[in-house]
Amino acid sequence: MSAGVGWDREAMARRVAEDIPDGSYVNLGIGIPELVARFVPEGRELVYHTENGLLGMGPSPAEGEGDPELINAGKRRVTANPGASYFHQSDSFAMIRGGHLDLCVLGALQVAENGDLANWSTGGEDAIPAVGGAMDLAAGVKSIYVVTQHTTKEGEAKLVERCTYPLTGLGVVDRVYTDLAVIEVTPEGFRLVELAPGATLEMVRERTGARVLEPARTAGAG
Amino acid sequence: MIDKRIASVREAVADVFDGATVMVGGFGEAGSPIELVHALIDQGATGLTVVSNNMGSGEVGLAALLRAGRVARAVCSFPRTANSTVFPELFHAGKIELELVPQGTLAERIRAGGAGIEAFYTPTAVGTPLGEGKERRTINGRECVLEHGLRADFALIKCRRADAHGNLVYNKTARNFSPVMAMAGRVTIAQAREVVAAGEIDPEAVVTPGIFVDRVVHVAEPAHESELIAAGATYP
Repeated sequence: MSAGVGWDREAMARRVAEDIPDGSYVNLGIGIPELVARFVPEGRELVYHTENGLLGMGPSPAEGEGDPELINAGKRRVTANPGASYFHQSDSFAMIRGGHLDLCVLGALQVAENGDLANWSTGGEDAIPAVGGAMDLAAGVKSIYVVTQHTTKEGEAKLVERCTYPLTGLGVVDRVYTDLAVIEVTPEGFRLVELAPGATLEMVRERTGARVLEPARTAGAG
Repeated sequence: MIDKRIASVREAVADVFDGATVMVGGFGEAGSPIELVHALIDQGATGLTVVSNNMGSGEVGLAALLRAGRVARAVCSFPRTANSTVFPELFHAGKIELELVPQGTLAERIRAGGAGIEAFYTPTAVGTPLGEGKERRTINGRECVLEHGLRADFALIKCRRADAHGNLVYNKTARNFSPVMAMAGRVTIAQAREVVAAGEIDPEAVVTPGIFVDRVVHVAEPAHESELIAAGATYP
Protein backbone atom coordinates (compact mmCIF):
# COMPACT_ATOMS: atom_id res chain seq x y z
CA MET A 1 0.00 0.00 0.00
CA SER A 2 1.38 3.40 -0.89
CA ALA A 3 2.07 5.74 2.01
CA GLY A 4 -0.77 7.99 3.08
CA VAL A 5 -3.45 5.72 1.67
CA GLY A 6 -5.95 4.17 4.04
CA TRP A 7 -6.47 4.00 7.79
CA ASP A 8 -3.89 2.71 10.28
CA ARG A 9 -4.91 0.41 13.14
CA GLU A 10 -5.87 3.29 15.43
CA ALA A 11 -7.89 5.00 12.71
CA MET A 12 -9.70 1.74 11.92
CA ALA A 13 -10.58 1.35 15.61
CA ARG A 14 -11.71 5.00 15.75
CA ARG A 15 -13.91 4.50 12.70
CA VAL A 16 -15.62 1.47 14.33
CA ALA A 17 -16.15 3.41 17.57
CA GLU A 18 -17.98 6.18 15.67
CA ASP A 19 -20.68 3.67 14.68
CA ILE A 20 -21.43 2.31 18.16
CA PRO A 21 -24.59 3.87 19.62
CA ASP A 22 -24.65 5.38 23.12
CA GLY A 23 -25.63 2.89 25.82
CA SER A 24 -24.56 -0.22 23.91
CA TYR A 25 -23.32 -3.39 25.59
CA VAL A 26 -20.32 -4.44 23.52
CA ASN A 27 -17.93 -7.38 23.43
CA LEU A 28 -14.53 -6.55 21.98
CA GLY A 29 -12.33 -9.30 20.53
CA ILE A 30 -8.56 -9.53 20.70
CA GLY A 31 -6.22 -7.33 18.62
CA ILE A 32 -7.48 -4.23 16.76
CA PRO A 33 -10.94 -4.64 18.40
CA GLU A 34 -9.30 -4.00 21.79
CA LEU A 35 -8.26 -0.54 20.55
CA VAL A 36 -11.89 0.45 19.92
CA ALA A 37 -12.37 1.16 23.64
CA ARG A 38 -9.87 4.04 23.39
CA PHE A 39 -11.88 5.94 20.78
CA VAL A 40 -15.41 6.18 22.07
CA PRO A 41 -16.73 9.60 21.01
CA GLU A 42 -17.32 12.19 23.72
CA GLY A 43 -20.71 12.00 25.41
CA ARG A 44 -21.34 8.29 24.78
CA GLU A 45 -21.30 5.67 27.49
CA LEU A 46 -20.62 2.08 26.41
CA VAL A 47 -20.42 -1.00 28.62
CA TYR A 48 -17.73 -3.48 27.60
CA HIS A 49 -18.18 -7.18 28.17
CA THR A 50 -15.26 -9.58 28.38
CA GLU A 51 -16.38 -13.19 28.15
CA ASN A 52 -14.19 -14.44 31.00
CA GLY A 53 -16.65 -12.77 33.34
CA LEU A 54 -16.74 -8.98 33.56
CA LEU A 55 -19.25 -6.39 32.38
CA GLY A 56 -17.98 -2.83 32.67
CA MET A 57 -14.39 -3.48 31.67
CA GLY A 58 -12.11 -0.45 31.94
CA PRO A 59 -8.68 0.24 30.43
CA SER A 60 -5.54 -1.71 31.31
CA PRO A 61 -3.65 -0.43 34.38
CA ALA A 62 -0.06 0.81 34.16
CA GLU A 63 2.55 -1.89 33.45
CA GLY A 64 3.19 -3.97 36.59
CA GLU A 65 0.02 -2.75 38.31
CA GLY A 66 -3.42 -4.29 38.58
CA ASP A 67 -4.60 -7.68 39.77
CA PRO A 68 -3.64 -10.98 38.08
CA GLU A 69 -7.20 -12.07 38.85
CA LEU A 70 -8.72 -9.13 36.96
CA ILE A 71 -8.04 -9.86 33.31
CA ASN A 72 -9.72 -9.74 29.90
CA ALA A 73 -10.33 -12.47 27.35
CA GLY A 74 -6.83 -11.86 25.97
CA LYS A 75 -5.53 -12.58 29.50
CA ARG A 76 -4.24 -9.01 29.88
CA ARG A 77 -4.82 -7.13 33.12
CA VAL A 78 -7.70 -4.66 32.98
CA THR A 79 -9.72 -2.52 35.39
CA ALA A 80 -13.40 -2.46 36.32
CA ASN A 81 -15.43 0.71 35.73
CA PRO A 82 -18.02 2.07 38.20
CA GLY A 83 -21.16 -0.03 37.72
CA ALA A 84 -19.18 -3.15 36.76
CA SER A 85 -20.15 -6.70 37.68
CA TYR A 86 -18.41 -10.08 37.84
CA PHE A 87 -20.10 -13.36 36.95
CA HIS A 88 -19.32 -16.96 36.10
CA GLN A 89 -18.86 -18.45 32.63
CA SER A 90 -22.35 -19.81 32.24
CA ASP A 91 -23.87 -16.39 32.98
CA SER A 92 -21.33 -14.72 30.71
CA PHE A 93 -22.31 -16.91 27.77
CA ALA A 94 -25.98 -16.51 28.62
CA MET A 95 -25.40 -12.81 27.92
CA ILE A 96 -23.73 -13.75 24.63
CA ARG A 97 -25.95 -16.58 23.39
CA GLY A 98 -29.11 -15.13 24.87
CA GLY A 99 -28.87 -12.09 22.60
CA HIS A 100 -28.34 -9.63 25.45
CA LEU A 101 -25.26 -7.97 23.97
CA ASP A 102 -25.85 -5.37 21.26
CA LEU A 103 -22.61 -5.69 19.36
CA CYS A 104 -19.45 -7.72 19.06
CA VAL A 105 -16.32 -6.44 17.31
CA LEU A 106 -14.08 -9.27 16.12
CA GLY A 107 -10.99 -9.84 14.04
CA ALA A 108 -11.11 -12.18 11.06
CA LEU A 109 -9.05 -14.44 8.85
CA GLN A 110 -11.75 -14.37 6.15
CA VAL A 111 -15.22 -12.89 5.66
CA ALA A 112 -17.44 -14.15 2.84
CA GLU A 113 -19.94 -12.08 0.85
CA ASN A 114 -22.78 -14.05 2.49
CA GLY A 115 -21.56 -13.00 5.95
CA ASP A 116 -19.77 -16.24 6.83
CA LEU A 117 -16.90 -15.69 9.25
CA ALA A 118 -13.65 -17.63 9.63
CA ASN A 119 -11.50 -16.39 12.50
CA TRP A 120 -10.28 -19.28 14.65
CA SER A 121 -8.12 -21.59 12.57
CA THR A 122 -6.34 -21.77 9.23
CA GLY A 123 -6.92 -25.51 9.34
CA GLY A 124 -3.18 -26.18 8.98
CA GLU A 125 -1.84 -29.62 9.91
CA ASP A 126 0.55 -28.15 12.48
CA ALA A 127 -1.90 -25.72 14.05
CA ILE A 128 -3.01 -26.33 17.62
CA PRO A 129 -6.77 -25.97 17.42
CA ALA A 130 -8.14 -23.34 19.82
CA VAL A 131 -11.51 -21.62 19.55
CA GLY A 132 -12.34 -19.84 22.83
CA GLY A 133 -15.64 -17.95 22.71
CA ALA A 134 -15.60 -16.99 19.02
CA MET A 135 -18.32 -19.42 17.89
CA ASP A 136 -20.64 -18.50 20.78
CA LEU A 137 -20.19 -14.80 20.00
CA ALA A 138 -20.85 -15.37 16.30
CA ALA A 139 -23.98 -17.40 17.04
CA GLY A 140 -25.41 -15.19 19.76
CA VAL A 141 -24.66 -11.48 19.45
CA LYS A 142 -27.16 -9.31 17.54
CA SER A 143 -24.60 -7.48 15.40
CA ILE A 144 -21.13 -8.63 14.43
CA TYR A 145 -18.65 -6.05 13.15
CA VAL A 146 -15.33 -7.27 11.82
CA VAL A 147 -12.25 -5.09 11.89
CA THR A 148 -9.32 -6.37 9.86
CA GLN A 149 -6.67 -5.45 7.31
CA HIS A 150 -8.19 -5.64 3.83
CA THR A 151 -5.65 -8.26 2.72
CA THR A 152 -3.15 -10.61 4.35
CA LYS A 153 0.51 -9.62 4.67
CA GLU A 154 1.05 -11.61 1.47
CA GLY A 155 -1.61 -9.53 -0.29
CA GLU A 156 -4.29 -12.22 -0.41
CA ALA A 157 -7.90 -11.11 -0.16
CA LYS A 158 -9.58 -11.62 3.22
CA LEU A 159 -12.98 -10.59 1.87
CA VAL A 160 -13.94 -13.48 -0.36
CA GLU A 161 -16.84 -15.21 -2.15
CA ARG A 162 -16.65 -18.26 0.11
CA CYS A 163 -14.38 -18.84 3.11
CA THR A 164 -11.77 -21.54 2.60
CA TYR A 165 -10.72 -21.64 6.27
CA PRO A 166 -12.81 -23.50 8.87
CA LEU A 167 -15.90 -21.45 9.71
CA THR A 168 -16.71 -19.74 13.00
CA GLY A 169 -20.30 -18.88 12.09
CA LEU A 170 -22.66 -18.82 9.11
CA GLY A 171 -23.99 -15.53 7.72
CA VAL A 172 -23.21 -13.61 10.90
CA VAL A 173 -21.13 -10.59 9.80
CA ASP A 174 -22.96 -7.27 9.36
CA ARG A 175 -20.11 -4.89 8.61
CA VAL A 176 -16.40 -4.99 7.84
CA TYR A 177 -13.99 -2.19 8.72
CA THR A 178 -10.66 -2.47 6.90
CA ASP A 179 -7.69 -0.19 6.32
CA LEU A 180 -9.30 0.78 2.98
CA ALA A 181 -13.03 0.91 3.50
CA VAL A 182 -16.17 0.32 5.49
CA ILE A 183 -18.20 -2.39 3.79
CA GLU A 184 -21.59 -3.76 4.71
CA VAL A 185 -22.75 -7.29 4.09
CA THR A 186 -26.10 -7.21 2.29
CA PRO A 187 -28.29 -9.93 0.78
CA GLU A 188 -26.70 -8.89 -2.56
CA GLY A 189 -23.16 -9.22 -1.19
CA PHE A 190 -20.51 -6.71 -0.13
CA ARG A 191 -21.54 -3.08 -0.52
CA LEU A 192 -19.22 -0.12 -0.03
CA VAL A 193 -20.25 2.30 2.71
CA GLU A 194 -17.23 4.56 2.91
CA LEU A 195 -13.69 4.79 1.56
CA ALA A 196 -10.63 5.49 3.69
CA PRO A 197 -8.59 8.61 2.80
CA GLY A 198 -6.81 8.08 -0.53
CA ALA A 199 -8.59 4.81 -1.29
CA THR A 200 -10.74 4.31 -4.38
CA LEU A 201 -13.49 1.84 -5.20
CA GLU A 202 -11.21 0.35 -7.90
CA MET A 203 -8.46 -0.19 -5.34
CA VAL A 204 -10.93 -1.88 -2.97
CA ARG A 205 -12.28 -4.08 -5.77
CA GLU A 206 -8.76 -5.15 -6.83
CA ARG A 207 -8.03 -6.32 -3.29
CA THR A 208 -11.35 -8.05 -2.66
CA GLY A 209 -12.02 -11.66 -3.67
CA ALA A 210 -15.70 -11.00 -4.34
CA ARG A 211 -17.94 -8.41 -5.98
CA VAL A 212 -18.11 -5.03 -4.20
CA LEU A 213 -21.27 -3.03 -4.95
CA GLU A 214 -21.33 0.74 -5.13
CA PRO A 215 -22.72 2.59 -2.13
CA ALA A 216 -26.49 2.77 -1.86
CA ARG A 217 -27.51 6.17 -3.32
CA THR A 218 -30.41 6.99 -1.08
CA ALA A 219 -31.78 5.47 2.04
CA GLY A 220 -34.52 2.99 1.29
CA ALA A 221 -33.71 2.77 -2.46
CA GLY A 222 -33.83 -0.62 -4.14
CA MET B 1 -21.86 -31.27 62.53
CA ILE B 2 -20.83 -30.07 59.10
CA ASP B 3 -17.21 -29.14 58.73
CA LYS B 4 -15.71 -29.52 55.26
CA ARG B 5 -12.31 -28.17 56.19
CA ILE B 6 -9.36 -30.40 55.31
CA ALA B 7 -5.94 -29.78 56.83
CA SER B 8 -3.77 -29.86 53.70
CA VAL B 9 -3.89 -29.89 49.91
CA ARG B 10 -2.19 -33.31 50.07
CA GLU B 11 -5.08 -34.82 52.04
CA ALA B 12 -7.64 -32.96 49.93
CA VAL B 13 -6.63 -34.78 46.71
CA ALA B 14 -5.56 -38.11 48.28
CA ASP B 15 -8.36 -40.18 46.70
CA VAL B 16 -8.06 -39.02 43.08
CA PHE B 17 -7.78 -42.28 41.14
CA ASP B 18 -6.12 -43.28 37.87
CA GLY B 19 -8.35 -42.57 34.89
CA ALA B 20 -10.47 -40.02 36.77
CA THR B 21 -12.09 -37.05 35.07
CA VAL B 22 -10.92 -33.88 36.80
CA MET B 23 -12.29 -30.39 36.18
CA VAL B 24 -9.81 -27.62 36.87
CA GLY B 25 -11.09 -24.07 37.33
CA GLY B 26 -9.45 -20.98 35.90
CA PHE B 27 -9.21 -18.85 32.80
CA GLY B 28 -5.51 -18.43 32.14
CA GLU B 29 -3.94 -17.86 35.53
CA ALA B 30 -7.04 -16.21 37.03
CA GLY B 31 -8.69 -18.79 39.28
CA SER B 32 -6.24 -21.58 38.52
CA PRO B 33 -5.92 -23.72 41.69
CA ILE B 34 -2.16 -24.19 41.34
CA GLU B 35 -1.57 -25.60 44.84
CA LEU B 36 -4.24 -28.30 44.39
CA VAL B 37 -2.82 -29.20 40.97
CA HIS B 38 0.68 -29.44 42.41
CA ALA B 39 -0.66 -31.69 45.17
CA LEU B 40 -2.23 -33.86 42.48
CA ILE B 41 1.18 -34.14 40.76
CA ASP B 42 2.71 -35.30 44.07
CA GLN B 43 -0.18 -37.72 44.60
CA GLY B 44 0.55 -39.49 41.32
CA ALA B 45 -2.84 -40.27 39.75
CA THR B 46 -2.45 -40.79 36.01
CA GLY B 47 -4.42 -41.39 32.81
CA LEU B 48 -6.58 -38.42 33.76
CA THR B 49 -9.12 -36.60 31.63
CA VAL B 50 -8.81 -32.90 32.42
CA VAL B 51 -11.64 -30.47 31.68
CA SER B 52 -10.39 -26.88 31.74
CA ASN B 53 -10.63 -23.79 29.55
CA ASN B 54 -6.86 -23.70 28.95
CA MET B 55 -4.10 -26.29 29.36
CA GLY B 56 -1.61 -24.32 31.39
CA SER B 57 1.42 -22.10 30.79
CA GLY B 58 5.11 -22.43 31.51
CA GLU B 59 6.13 -25.50 33.52
CA VAL B 60 3.87 -25.01 36.56
CA GLY B 61 0.28 -25.81 37.53
CA LEU B 62 -1.74 -27.55 34.83
CA ALA B 63 1.19 -27.45 32.38
CA ALA B 64 3.32 -29.30 34.97
CA LEU B 65 0.60 -31.96 35.38
CA LEU B 66 0.71 -32.44 31.60
CA ARG B 67 4.52 -32.46 31.61
CA ALA B 68 4.45 -35.22 34.26
CA GLY B 69 2.52 -37.34 31.75
CA ARG B 70 -0.60 -37.65 33.88
CA VAL B 71 -3.17 -36.37 31.39
CA ALA B 72 -4.43 -38.66 28.64
CA ARG B 73 -7.22 -36.44 27.40
CA ALA B 74 -8.05 -32.75 27.45
CA VAL B 75 -11.52 -31.22 27.10
CA CYS B 76 -10.76 -27.60 26.45
CA SER B 77 -11.68 -24.46 24.49
CA PHE B 78 -8.30 -22.80 24.13
CA PRO B 79 -5.30 -25.07 24.72
CA ARG B 80 -2.78 -22.72 23.10
CA THR B 81 -2.12 -19.65 25.20
CA ALA B 82 0.79 -17.26 25.65
CA ASN B 83 3.70 -19.19 27.25
CA SER B 84 1.98 -22.53 26.72
CA THR B 85 4.53 -24.93 25.28
CA VAL B 86 3.79 -28.23 27.04
CA PHE B 87 0.39 -28.87 25.48
CA PRO B 88 1.51 -28.14 21.90
CA GLU B 89 4.54 -30.41 22.37
CA LEU B 90 2.46 -33.34 23.69
CA PHE B 91 -0.27 -32.78 21.09
CA HIS B 92 2.20 -32.82 18.17
CA ALA B 93 3.80 -35.95 19.62
CA GLY B 94 0.37 -37.64 19.76
CA LYS B 95 0.66 -38.04 23.53
CA ILE B 96 -2.55 -36.27 24.46
CA GLU B 97 -6.05 -36.42 23.03
CA LEU B 98 -8.01 -33.19 22.59
CA GLU B 99 -11.74 -32.56 22.54
CA LEU B 100 -12.06 -28.94 21.46
CA VAL B 101 -15.26 -27.27 22.70
CA PRO B 102 -16.44 -23.68 22.17
CA GLN B 103 -16.01 -21.80 25.45
CA GLY B 104 -19.69 -21.06 26.00
CA THR B 105 -20.67 -24.61 25.12
CA LEU B 106 -18.03 -25.88 27.53
CA ALA B 107 -19.44 -23.71 30.32
CA GLU B 108 -23.01 -24.76 29.59
CA ARG B 109 -22.13 -28.46 29.28
CA ILE B 110 -20.55 -28.26 32.73
CA ARG B 111 -23.51 -26.33 34.15
CA ALA B 112 -25.93 -28.83 32.59
CA GLY B 113 -23.97 -31.77 33.99
CA GLY B 114 -24.14 -30.26 37.46
CA ALA B 115 -27.81 -29.38 37.07
CA GLY B 116 -28.99 -32.83 35.99
CA ILE B 117 -29.64 -31.82 32.36
CA GLU B 118 -28.33 -34.64 30.18
CA ALA B 119 -28.12 -32.61 26.96
CA PHE B 120 -29.27 -29.40 25.32
CA TYR B 121 -29.54 -27.77 21.89
CA THR B 122 -27.43 -24.72 21.05
CA PRO B 123 -26.86 -22.71 17.85
CA THR B 124 -23.15 -22.39 18.64
CA ALA B 125 -20.90 -24.23 16.14
CA VAL B 126 -23.64 -25.00 13.60
CA GLY B 127 -22.03 -25.24 10.16
CA THR B 128 -18.51 -25.32 11.58
CA PRO B 129 -16.07 -28.23 12.04
CA LEU B 130 -16.93 -28.32 15.76
CA GLY B 131 -20.59 -28.95 14.93
CA GLU B 132 -19.87 -31.86 12.59
CA GLY B 133 -21.21 -35.27 13.51
CA LYS B 134 -23.57 -33.84 16.11
CA GLU B 135 -27.31 -34.37 16.10
CA ARG B 136 -29.00 -31.34 14.50
CA ARG B 137 -32.43 -29.92 14.96
CA THR B 138 -34.18 -26.68 14.00
CA ILE B 139 -35.97 -25.12 16.97
CA ASN B 140 -37.91 -21.85 16.69
CA GLY B 141 -36.36 -21.43 13.25
CA ARG B 142 -32.84 -21.67 14.60
CA GLU B 143 -30.59 -24.50 13.59
CA CYS B 144 -28.96 -26.12 16.62
CA VAL B 145 -26.61 -28.96 17.58
CA LEU B 146 -27.11 -31.32 20.50
CA GLU B 147 -24.49 -31.02 23.23
CA HIS B 148 -24.18 -33.32 26.24
CA GLY B 149 -23.75 -32.37 29.88
CA LEU B 150 -20.34 -32.93 31.44
CA ARG B 151 -19.66 -34.30 34.91
CA ALA B 152 -16.41 -35.02 36.67
CA ASP B 153 -15.16 -37.31 39.40
CA PHE B 154 -13.35 -34.37 40.96
CA ALA B 155 -13.45 -30.59 40.51
CA LEU B 156 -10.48 -28.53 41.71
CA ILE B 157 -11.27 -24.86 42.15
CA LYS B 158 -9.94 -21.73 43.83
CA CYS B 159 -11.81 -19.03 45.72
CA ARG B 160 -11.16 -16.02 47.89
CA ARG B 161 -13.17 -17.01 50.95
CA ALA B 162 -14.84 -20.21 52.11
CA ASP B 163 -16.71 -21.14 55.26
CA ALA B 164 -16.82 -24.49 57.03
CA HIS B 165 -20.04 -25.39 55.15
CA GLY B 166 -18.31 -24.86 51.80
CA ASN B 167 -20.05 -21.61 50.89
CA LEU B 168 -17.72 -19.74 48.53
CA VAL B 169 -16.95 -16.20 47.43
CA TYR B 170 -14.54 -15.52 44.56
CA ASN B 171 -12.19 -12.76 43.47
CA LYS B 172 -13.01 -10.69 40.36
CA THR B 173 -12.56 -12.54 37.05
CA ALA B 174 -11.02 -15.52 38.88
CA ARG B 175 -14.59 -16.74 39.36
CA ASN B 176 -14.95 -17.88 35.72
CA PHE B 177 -15.58 -21.67 35.54
CA SER B 178 -15.42 -22.46 39.27
CA PRO B 179 -19.12 -22.07 40.20
CA VAL B 180 -20.28 -24.41 37.41
CA MET B 181 -17.45 -26.88 37.99
CA ALA B 182 -18.38 -26.99 41.68
CA MET B 183 -21.83 -28.15 40.58
CA ALA B 184 -20.50 -30.77 38.15
CA GLY B 185 -17.86 -32.36 40.39
CA ARG B 186 -18.93 -35.48 42.29
CA VAL B 187 -16.21 -34.43 44.74
CA THR B 188 -15.52 -30.69 44.63
CA ILE B 189 -12.39 -29.44 46.34
CA ALA B 190 -11.93 -25.70 46.87
CA GLN B 191 -8.72 -24.00 47.89
CA ALA B 192 -9.46 -20.74 49.69
CA ARG B 193 -7.29 -17.77 50.53
CA GLU B 194 -9.33 -17.35 53.69
CA VAL B 195 -11.41 -19.90 55.62
CA VAL B 196 -14.00 -18.71 58.12
CA ALA B 197 -16.61 -20.22 60.42
CA ALA B 198 -20.14 -20.84 59.16
CA GLY B 199 -22.15 -17.64 59.45
CA GLU B 200 -19.29 -15.30 58.65
CA ILE B 201 -20.21 -14.99 54.96
CA ASP B 202 -23.38 -12.99 54.35
CA PRO B 203 -25.87 -15.49 52.83
CA GLU B 204 -26.81 -12.78 50.29
CA ALA B 205 -23.19 -12.67 49.12
CA VAL B 206 -22.60 -16.41 48.75
CA VAL B 207 -21.76 -17.21 45.11
CA THR B 208 -21.40 -20.99 45.37
CA PRO B 209 -23.72 -22.55 47.99
CA GLY B 210 -21.95 -25.10 50.18
CA ILE B 211 -24.03 -28.04 48.94
CA PHE B 212 -21.86 -28.04 45.79
CA VAL B 213 -18.60 -28.18 47.74
CA ASP B 214 -17.19 -31.24 49.53
CA ARG B 215 -13.79 -30.12 50.79
CA VAL B 216 -12.27 -26.77 51.68
CA VAL B 217 -8.55 -26.32 52.14
CA HIS B 218 -6.80 -23.16 53.28
CA VAL B 219 -4.09 -21.79 50.97
CA ALA B 220 -3.34 -18.37 52.40
CA GLU B 221 -0.90 -17.09 49.78
CA PRO B 222 -1.64 -18.84 46.48
CA ALA B 223 1.01 -18.55 43.80
CA HIS B 224 0.27 -16.65 40.58
CA GLU B 225 1.20 -18.49 37.42
CA SER B 226 2.63 -15.39 35.71
CA GLU B 227 4.95 -14.72 38.65
CA LEU B 228 6.13 -18.34 38.74
CA ILE B 229 6.78 -18.25 34.99
CA ALA B 230 8.65 -14.94 35.25
CA ALA B 231 10.83 -16.53 37.94
CA GLY B 232 11.52 -19.54 35.68
CA ALA B 233 9.82 -21.92 38.15
CA THR B 234 9.12 -25.57 37.36
CA TYR B 235 7.17 -28.21 39.30
CA PRO B 236 8.03 -30.55 40.94
